[in-house]
Amino acid sequence: MPSLRRLRLVLWGAVAFALLFAVGLTAASLVERLAPRLPSVGEASVGGPFELTTEDGTRLSSASLAGRPFALYFGFTHCPDVCPTSMFEIAKVLEEVGPAAADLKVYFVTVDPARDTPDLLRDYTDSFDPRIVGLTGTEAEIAAVARAYRAFYRKVPTSGGDDYTMDHSTMIYLMDARGRFVTGLGHQEAHGSKVEKVRRLLAGAG
Amino acid sequence: MTFDRRSLLLAALVLPAAPAFAQDGIRAGDLAIGAPWTRATPAGSRVAGGYMTIRNTGSEPDALVGGSLSVAGRVEIHEMAMADGVMRMRELPQGLVIPPGGSVELRPGGFHVMFLDLAQPLRQGDRVTGTLRFRRAGEVRVDYTVQAMGAGPDGRPQGHGH
Repeated sequence: MPSLRRLRLVLWGAVAFALLFAVGLTAASLVERLAPRLPSVGEASVGGPFELTTEDGTRLSSASLAGRPFALYFGFTHCPDVCPTSMFEIAKVLEEVGPAAADLKVYFVTVDPARDTPDLLRDYTDSFDPRIVGLTGTEAEIAAVARAYRAFYRKVPTSGGDDYTMDHSTMIYLMDARGRFVTGLGHQEAHGSKVEKVRRLLAGAG
Repeated sequence: MTFDRRSLLLAALVLPAAPAFAQDGIRAGDLAIGAPWTRATPAGSRVAGGYMTIRNTGSEPDALVGGSLSVAGRVEIHEMAMADGVMRMRELPQGLVIPPGGSVELRPGGFHVMFLDLAQPLRQGDRVTGTLRFRRAGEVRVDYTVQAMGAGPDGRPQGHGH
């Protein structure tokens, strides 16, 4: 019966379509799951516009940074180990890169705006290098910039009454003159590799 | 020649590790505490980490449960871990266990004594006095050497020459 055969064909076609669809869905979710949680080199969606308060109490819009590469880090001053060593190390990197890095700003965005006032941030960042500039803002502003940069931070209570510490991303983001993410400097990355990446950023080659 | 090449090599291997116990070895009951150190703090920072090696030569476990520092309001025992580029820090409310016959290293990026509410910055070259409190060995006096701000796990500047 030709009509029954046609029906069978249509049904098999539907099964094949459903199978393909399922395979596609699985593949998509796998890709999502396997994709690194941290931004990788050249990823376009890391970064974005922000407006924050500088350590001098003035407002800084990312739009005003156009035309100049910059670096950005998420940290806090009540950080015993990773933040001071990262800032100490990036200061050494800038020193080694030399005059090419004379105007490179490293923005230290606090993930603890409740405690990190502009004054405190200025004292803190100036201990390392004048090119490191503290940025703070409202909780909402900090959350927005962290989201744009896909950075993670979270408040963790400790035993001392209402005291807390922060979990946070430790990468230094290198952004090009058009505000696009170029690459990151890892906390445990070798000094020479950091120097090389900053040199490439400033040479415009990424 | 008093020194042949082999003993020179041996000396070269042993010497860098030696100060940890030889110079600042502190005994407290079954515990040996090696070379406590901390880092110079940037302006405005009111926290720092204390690092050392603690060896338990006894047959019973002990635990580091607290302590004090002359210039800190409070001291806590913490563990830090880095995963996926995220630094996570946790207090160890039950303390840090030092197993019998074993040793535990407190170092940047891992276990540390957390100094909070520092009354003044720590300056490189200073020594700061404190105590460590153990469940079995009790209260022990320790002196921390203040190393450079960028000092690595071996107490020397990190990030260079690797």
